[in-house]
Amino acid sequence: MTNVALQSQPLAQGTKRAAPSAKKQRRVARTFQYGALLLYMIFLGFPLLFLILTAFKTPQELQSATPAFLPGQFNWENFAAALDKANLIQALGNSAIVAVSSTVIVTLISLPAAYALARFKTKLRGIATGWILLSQVFPFILIIIPLFMVLKQMGLINSLVGLILVYSVWSLPFALWMLQGYVASIPIELEEAGAIDGGGRLLVLRVIVLPLLAPGLVATSLFSFISSWNEFFFALVLIQDPALQTIPLALARFVGAEGQVQLGQLAAAALLATIPSLVFFAFLQRRLTSGLMSGAVKG
Amino acid sequence: MTATLNPPKQKQLKAPKRRSNALGLGGSGGRDTWMLVLPALLPVVLFSVYPLVQGILLGFTDAKAGLGVETSFNGIDNYTKLMTNELFWNSFKIGMIWAFTVTILQFLASLGLALLLNLDLKFRWLARTLALVPWAMPPVIVAIMWRLMLNPTYGPVNGGLRALGLPGDTNWLGDFSTALPAVIVVGVWAGMSQTTITLLAGLQNVPAELHEAAAIDGAGTWHRFWHITLPALRPIAVAITTLDLIWNFNSFALVFVLTAGGPGGQTMLPMLFAYNEAFRYGNFGYAAAMGNVMVVVIAFFLFFYLRSQARSRLS
Repeated sequence: MTNVALQSQPLAQGTKRAAPSAKKQRRVARTFQYGALLLYMIFLGFPLLFLILTAFKTPQELQSATPAFLPGQFNWENFAAALDKANLIQALGNSAIVAVSSTVIVTLISLPAAYALARFKTKLRGIATGWILLSQVFPFILIIIPLFMVLKQMGLINSLVGLILVYSVWSLPFALWMLQGYVASIPIELEEAGAIDGGGRLLVLRVIVLPLLAPGLVATSLFSFISSWNEFFFALVLIQDPALQTIPLALARFVGAEGQVQLGQLAAAALLATIPSLVFFAFLQRRLTSGLMSGAVKG
Repeated sequence: MTATLNPPKQKQLKAPKRRSNALGLGGSGGRDTWMLVLPALLPVVLFSVYPLVQGILLGFTDAKAGLGVETSFNGIDNYTKLMTNELFWNSFKIGMIWAFTVTILQFLASLGLALLLNLDLKFRWLARTLALVPWAMPPVIVAIMWRLMLNPTYGPVNGGLRALGLPGDTNWLGDFSTALPAVIVVGVWAGMSQTTITLLAGLQNVPAELHEAAAIDGAGTWHRFWHITLPALRPIAVAITTLDLIWNFNSFALVFVLTAGGPGGQTMLPMLFAYNEAFRYGNFGYAAAMGNVMVVVIAFFLFFYLRSQARSRLS
């Protein structure tokens, strides 16, 4: 800990006036800070670590009276068995279909709308903003009952199409909001320059706006994909046929049978279902945090 | 529901007046706007606005599940029935305890973590990554993971207690007295990412010069925290706390998979109660009435939020 004196004081980065008398006090503070950080890291990280370790344990290891923390050896049987038993492959497939389709739909319909909201002064802006806030806060029970009735009349209960429809509409407000932010960040002058150079509007959009918008489109569609992949409530209400259930539904049913199923298989299945979310976060971590931070600056 | 990012707020009071240019950009766009917005507007109105309005109206009817069942308006019958339903009051009470406790603990824990992550500590990158873990996981998986953690015989929570020589045989999620506290802890875990990142963002916006000036004036750590950091953090803290409160009040998936409302209704959050009414017992109108009551509560939370935002904008 040679650099203790060089480190900044709590809450005052860059204050380096370490008075010798305060040195000891500061060392105590540092110890306390590292202790607290360690506790946080255990609280946040341990459950996931435990889930991973459980997925590799054999039934014998799990049932032993004094369970060891680490598995004896890493065996992949739980993953194979889980995929085999719970129709998990089918559920993963259903989730993939639903998430990909609704992502494509959301992207296609939010792109022109986002452009209009960002580029034209229109009353719709205020309404859209209000709706986006509202969509974040109202209780879903209120929307699901009439939706259930409407979809039932359309014959879309117990259908992936119905679910795709609901997910598209449900992730639309936020996707729209993200995307219009990306459009707004492209300088309008670039489009004007393109127009002066003789490009028609469609050409300008295709050659100038779309390429610049690509990262935004990727972020927005990943966001829609993951919200559909993770969603549980709508699927629970709208899908009853086991052959059509999405992965969160299949896993929730799996838990219901926790007494019968092996815990190791449950953990393995849970890990498999988390992979897309983890990939998503690995990709977008920086963008998400910086987006939140810039949002915070404006707020 | 799944926690999403809180929508970036944007003041859009008066956009600078801009004459529309050659491309018509910056103008009102007129018919073009409508053409562009319509593909998004139509599905939203059909599958979002219309059901929402319909849902509110449904709360004043005796609608039941199943086709061919007559539905008629019954005024405030549902609400008088709700007011005398002990189970409803119980779930309402549990919902309030859950929402407030989770939000407050989440705020305090996240503030502590955000302050630590704002310091120049070793392993900060690792802690920052771990702070995002709850956010990166689907709620159903979070619930499954914690069921494994809290498993009475095999779970490491009891295992750890036993290792410390304490009685480690509590059935956390199955025992009347421990179920609600246990799901509250899981709720705090599940929501900590967003609160922490938001508060961290707020902390990074506190001007360092203020702290330096105060330090030169001899203000101690605690003093500076109380008089500089906290006031600067206030607007963002109020925003995230209100949203957390609403999200927690609305939460469903996590507790549904953890306990399904049990044991004996000890963790029956309002959303779970309404879900059971609607889709287990088929009482659509009654469940929608519960939804309306929840909307009123949420509107109440939002009112205080908007008022405090307006106040902080004035000052």
